[in-house]
Amino acid sequence: MSISTHIQRLWSFPGGLKLDGRKQLSNEGPIESAEIPHLLEIPLSQHIGHPAEAVVKVGDTIKKGQLIGHAQGAVSAPVHASSSGTVTAIEERLVPHPSGLPALCVIIETDGYDRWDSCTPLISMDDPQHKNLHALSAEQITDKVAEAGIVGLGGALYPSAAKLETARKKATDTLIINAAECEPYITCDDALMRNRPEEIILGILLIKKIVGARYCLIGIEDNKPEAFKALSDAITGYERAIHEHCEQTIEIIQVPTRYPAGGEKQLIQVLTGKEVPTQGLPMDIGIICHNITTAATVYQAVYRGEPLVSRIVTITGGAIKKPQNMEVAIGTSIREILDQAGWDKSRVDKIIMGGPMMGFALPSIDVPVTKATNCILVSEPGELATPPPAMPCIRCSRCADSCPMSLLPQQMYWYAKARDLEKIQDYNIFDCIECGCCSYVCPSNIPLVQYFRYAKNEIWDDERERNKANLARERHEFRQERLEKMKKAREEAARLRKEKLAKKKAEEKQKAAGGDGEKLPASSHADLIQEAIARSKAKKAQQQAQKRNTENLTEAQQKQVDEAERRRKKR
Amino acid sequence: MLWGILAIIALAALFGLLLGLASVVFKVESSPVVDQIDALLPQTQCGQCSYAGCRPYAEAIAAGEAPINLCPPGGENTVQALADLLDVEVLPLEEEEEAHEGPIVAVIIEELCIGCTLCIQACPVDAIIGAAKQMHTVIESECTGCELCVPPCPVDCIEMVPVKQTITTWHWPEPQYDVNHTPAGNIFTTIDQVLAENAHP
Repeated sequence: MSISTHIQRLWSFPGGLKLDGRKQLSNEGPIESAEIPHLLEIPLSQHIGHPAEAVVKVGDTIKKGQLIGHAQGAVSAPVHASSSGTVTAIEERLVPHPSGLPALCVIIETDGYDRWDSCTPLISMDDPQHKNLHALSAEQITDKVAEAGIVGLGGALYPSAAKLETARKKATDTLIINAAECEPYITCDDALMRNRPEEIILGILLIKKIVGARYCLIGIEDNKPEAFKALSDAITGYERAIHEHCEQTIEIIQVPTRYPAGGEKQLIQVLTGKEVPTQGLPMDIGIICHNITTAATVYQAVYRGEPLVSRIVTITGGAIKKPQNMEVAIGTSIREILDQAGWDKSRVDKIIMGGPMMGFALPSIDVPVTKATNCILVSEPGELATPPPAMPCIRCSRCADSCPMSLLPQQMYWYAKARDLEKIQDYNIFDCIECGCCSYVCPSNIPLVQYFRYAKNEIWDDERERNKANLARERHEFRQERLEKMKKAREEAARLRKEKLAKKKAEEKQKAAGGDGEKLPASSHADLIQEAIARSKAKKAQQQAQKRNTENLTEAQQKQVDEAERRRKKR
Repeated sequence: MLWGILAIIALAALFGLLLGLASVVFKVESSPVVDQIDALLPQTQCGQCSYAGCRPYAEAIAAGEAPINLCPPGGENTVQALADLLDVEVLPLEEEEEAHEGPIVAVIIEELCIGCTLCIQACPVDAIIGAAKQMHTVIESECTGCELCVPPCPVDCIEMVPVKQTITTWHWPEPQYDVNHTPAGNIFTTIDQVLAENAHP
């Protein structure tokens, strides 16, 4: 083997725990294929960022791998149908989320044929020399990754294409593939490495090509010797391809098994000795980290043209009759896969999605498997400890000793409880990876991680509210300004109208004064009044004069009048 | 002696000039305290504080004319933040009615709207769109839930509804694990009791 290593030694991260892995329960067998269920419920938001927007209608006939929701915005991922059938509804359904709230899902009634939509691979499978890999550009691969709806399958669910794109633009010299899988019980990555190592290696080559990294390290915990061997063999098998495409080989390094060695920042620290700066990203120190399952999914998208429509899920725990890894179509109900694996309903204690350290209890088992579902843990009574009621903090500092991020959980707990959100940020709460080590070691059983999640959420909430308030202030000020303007405009218009009216009146007066426009301004006010009085007197006199119709009478008329007068006097 | 006096006069003139210039160049337009207070207020512009909006209330607080506890939409947190900022005592929130749970927004029942534009005129943040004799509607993302549009509506077609919680707006609740448990103070009482019992057998 000509694998030269530039890694001279391994480093370590502070804190962490030795945990009972309980991986042998599920990591022995092959990857079983779960049956395609009658109904698939595919959530439109299975990633960080904007939910996808449905592009199918109720009644549409669709095929496996067909786009059903397309990405919205820069940080988003599309969603594809995981089997062929008919869309029967697009509605809110319960999804696997700690809130127990529903989210928009596309419901597909499957036809049982599981017919693929036409897949367009970028590279044909029969390419033993891997010549076609040369011809591909980084953009082409990134576009394919985006199109396939690939997200970080290690648990972050960040759209991979967006991450790769950023890494490509920045100087990234080390690609780290995370195969540590440090959380107890979970073996889906282990199973993938044992069963499909070639796919992983080719996927890694593709990712490496995109980001242009010089070094590529695979970090794997030393409790997975079979997976390590399988991957090492695959690297040897693809040696020629690797040498042709990379200056450096792909190195696979076993790291000591200690939770949470699979945390991105912890693995980087163990492999390179570098620490990711506080509130920073690995990219800030020239490193990009991808999960091993993500690499295999990239392979599937590029070599087979298949989008992300299924994933490997570990079904394990004391209440499962045959713990195993299953390849499950996304959207399959968790109840169905539990039924397929066989479970003893009378012995069920907890049903957890994810592992015992970072997972959450499912609100219901009638929720679909999503891109995030790596493990379903069904424990029997006594298998997982139920924490007794919390006691007061005795400031023993065990939590600080166990913290892999070197934080001070007891201080942060104090401020979270007091809701002092500013102070808690001074203690770098946003560096907390929520691994749960502090809660695990706490002798007072204080649910520390829950407090930190709560505090983080409160801080985000406050920020959202502040942004909303700022927007409202802006709009209110704009409105005030507009109203002010309108008022001014109205006043201006009123003033103009008044002026115009005054002018008109003045003109009329001039006309009335006999058109002697020039004299008018000179004549005094009193004169004007006198003139007006004279005018009105003249008018009155004229009217009175007109009223007397006894003048200008004819003789006959005069006679009649005189006779009438005489009669009146007689009486 | 003369040189000394001259030098002092020259220096005084120079510094006077510098200060004069500085007061022009670095002039502060409005009182920064008002801005700081305004930044803490929720900007609903609802007028529940009896002022014409958030900024007038901020100005009143800054002038010492108004107490800090008149803002129901801001709640206890705002009172706390104002108390911290102004270094005054926290006052209990003055609440006339029952506080509503979580944020609310106005919704116009479209079948009933007659298009009178009265609500548009009432909205302090221009969150209602529509025209005369046309149906109006509320832009949910801009609505501050101030309820000022409710009374002017002649046909009572505006309803205040709670904002629907989704997975993106949901957040982890405060852990309640130790609520029913003995608080720290009681342990000491117990120890004191034990000591007392031991002292007087």
